[in-house]
Amino acid sequence: MAEAVLSAHGLCKSFGAVQATHDVSIDVRPGEIHAVIGPNGAGKSTLIAQLCGSMASDAGRVELLGRDVTHDTVRRRAQAGLARTFQISALAMEDTVLQNAMLGALGAAGRPWRFLRPALGDQDLRDRAEAALERVGLQDVRAARVAALSHGQRRQLEVALALTLSPKAFIMDEPMAGLGGEGSKLLTDLLSALRADAPILLVEHDMDAVFTLADRISVLVYGQIIETGTVDQIRRSPAVRDAYLGEGA
Amino acid sequence: MSAILIIEQILNGLQLGVMLFLMAAGLTLIFGVMGLINLAHGSLYMVGAFAAAAVAGATGSFLLAMVAAMAAAAIAGVLIEVVVIRRLYAKDHLDQVLATFALILIFSEGVRWVFGSFPLFLDIPDYLSGPVSLPGGIQYPLYRLVLIGIGMVVGLLLWLLTQQTRLGIQIRAGENDREMIAALGVNISNLYTLVFAIGAALAGLAGALVGAIQSVQVGMGEPVLILAFVVIVIGGIGSIQGAFIGALIVGLTDTLGGVFLPQLFRLFLEPAGATSTGSALASMAIYILMGAILIWRPTGLFGQRA
Amino acid sequence: MIPERWLNLGILAALVAVPIWALVVDEPFIITLVTRAVIFALAAVGLNIALGLGGLVSLGHAVFFGIGGYAMGILAYHAQTFTPLAEWPFPIDGTKSMPVIWLVAVTTSTLAALLIGLLSLRTSGVYFIMITLAFGQMFYYFSISWAQYGGEDGLSIYVRNGFPGLNTLDPIQFFAICFALLCAVLGFNALLARSPFGLALNAARQVPHRVETMGLSPFRLKLVAFVISGAVTGLAGALFADLNRFVSPTMFSWQMSGEIIIFVILGGVARLIGPVIGAAAFVLLEHWLGGLSDYWHIYLGAILLGVVLFARGGIVGLVARAHG
Repeated sequence: MAEAVLSAHGLCKSFGAVQATHDVSIDVRPGEIHAVIGPNGAGKSTLIAQLCGSMASDAGRVELLGRDVTHDTVRRRAQAGLARTFQISALAMEDTVLQNAMLGALGAAGRPWRFLRPALGDQDLRDRAEAALERVGLQDVRAARVAALSHGQRRQLEVALALTLSPKAFIMDEPMAGLGGEGSKLLTDLLSALRADAPILLVEHDMDAVFTLADRISVLVYGQIIETGTVDQIRRSPAVRDAYLGEGA
Repeated sequence: MSAILIIEQILNGLQLGVMLFLMAAGLTLIFGVMGLINLAHGSLYMVGAFAAAAVAGATGSFLLAMVAAMAAAAIAGVLIEVVVIRRLYAKDHLDQVLATFALILIFSEGVRWVFGSFPLFLDIPDYLSGPVSLPGGIQYPLYRLVLIGIGMVVGLLLWLLTQQTRLGIQIRAGENDREMIAALGVNISNLYTLVFAIGAALAGLAGALVGAIQSVQVGMGEPVLILAFVVIVIGGIGSIQGAFIGALIVGLTDTLGGVFLPQLFRLFLEPAGATSTGSALASMAIYILMGAILIWRPTGLFGQRA
Repeated sequence: MIPERWLNLGILAALVAVPIWALVVDEPFIITLVTRAVIFALAAVGLNIALGLGGLVSLGHAVFFGIGGYAMGILAYHAQTFTPLAEWPFPIDGTKSMPVIWLVAVTTSTLAALLIGLLSLRTSGVYFIMITLAFGQMFYYFSISWAQYGGEDGLSIYVRNGFPGLNTLDPIQFFAICFALLCAVLGFNALLARSPFGLALNAARQVPHRVETMGLSPFRLKLVAFVISGAVTGLAGALFADLNRFVSPTMFSWQMSGEIIIFVILGGVARLIGPVIGAAAFVLLEHWLGGLSDYWHIYLGAILLGVVLFARGGIVGLVARAHG
């Protein structure tokens, strides 16, 4: 079994009496898409926040490439190679597509402290940004303002921004959110190709996409992972059927 | 330095604290419920003081003057709420700051236009003037004790209002979920105007009460407003309880610092240097305190954690 | 509607043309008036770096304006009284040299901005506004209680400080110095907005959580913007003190902070020339309305309300096409 790129061990988080995640262990291995599914309120958002570092865990450990990053900030984890996309697009709406992509390139290069030369004149950063835009198919609208983009294009730009970091692992928070059949198909193809760049932890409600893409699936219910396995294993799992369909165990 | 002096200064600090509380309570309510930062709150304080001075001058009644102060400030509050402030709830803080700054300019110049640039004076009525003897042989001005008492009573009333009444439930609900309480049939627009009027009346009352121990003049409101901001930052925005505790902390720190820091420095500096260093430091004491509390708890003592 | 670039050049040209015309018709007062506008503009361009690019609503920029002013006042006071500024650890004398004063003004306001920024930027939104306002008040009261430098009365400097090769007592030459500094800072601002730093700061204002996931620190970006902003406003303060040959605690007052914000908003926030237009309009209004009525602040308040409620882009937004 290949060494995991991103792994979590025994993560817990409570809000008052509510246990959002309880003893969650999950890993993402090279070249795979590992999907996390579960009903609303299962703790998926909390798990993402704990993995990315925007929420401190009550207990447990997160490792990236074998290194303990549990106490690292969001920024440190990003610098270490963890890229994420947001469920609700987090883009600089007033800026152009290229400027947004440049931001990622800037972060990847780790050098925002240049004050006098134009950012767009930095060929190195620009190549990186444009390569990412090309990967997601936005090269033709690079000069447009994000505010003028369609919802689908914004979802693509979300992925492009993550790509500019040249990450070691992706965390994708419902990349298909709000997309119709066409857009969903486009993004499915894109993600499928991306796993060669870096493995993906995919949280998604679009079950067609999940069953098409995922190499492995973990099912999160009431803050606990009740089953992890291949698509077939999950389909056949009595625990999953019980959780979703309420069939007596 | 004697025990009597210390107790006197503590009472002075409490008196400043409760007056700051009257200001801060309104500000924090208005911010908590409507999400509005109101720089013109100091103008309402000034309006209250001027109304009190004018009515006291005309009728000779201190009690009537206090009623007039609250009424005038509340009316001015409702007026600006309906005409201007209402349009600002949905706007960002920068717009709120600018529009209410503009209101300060209009109020200050308007009052100067009506009353002139010279300070007015509001006399403490005979039945409240003069010192009283406290246990331990302390002579302390009765009026200042009354101020402390009024502040405590208002604090209690506000606590009862927000915790025990139907209006209070609506106010607290408005802080958390304004769409929901609108959906439940509460007239949110009237609720906002009412909350604004309550805040304004408290500011007007504070202005009038303090106006009797200081002079009543244009621009008197803003230094108090900024101190009230410090109170809110320390106490945590939106919390009446935080405003109360914060106000007492600021009142005591400012008063005790002003008296005792120069004396403290006299222990190891020559007198002139000690006085200037001590008073310079005293003028900064509450801001240093604020900075320290911010490092410890960025959302204040009773603020909701981000 | 005209392109913004032309508007920028037109405004700068007007700022040069008016004093030259005043020189020809021998109206030194008008030159001083325009110089005042240019210095206010410089202070406001400083604020606009924090406010426009960084989205930081600082209601305490008078701190830096005042520090610049007192840097000038204190150095020149020691020079004119021939007393040393400090004896320890080595003797430091005052100075009447503008470049040295500017350097001290910029350095001290940079340090102040760093300290205030470190504390205030731990918070955001309405807390940030209140805290910057409170720090302004702290410096105000400190300057009042600082008896050695005039306390409430401030410090008068008898002769304007000198600049190598120029006669600063001549209004047009002093104007030229101020105008050159304004142009330099405007140029710097224009470069800054397009630089990698400007790009990141712009994004940090709009989507800080995104910037963080890109491996950048919104806190540090905003802090650096705040420090640059404070340094520029500090430089303006030194010039303002030299214009009046006087400093007093009013340079630290909350009204001053409010006015600097007004300059920016009146002209147009986040627009390069906005603060310049706003400051010029303010000085014009002050002069014109102030001549008509003793109560001109009422009209200023009404105009400001109108801008906030109905013309969010300020004057630039009304007359110029959006950039880009």
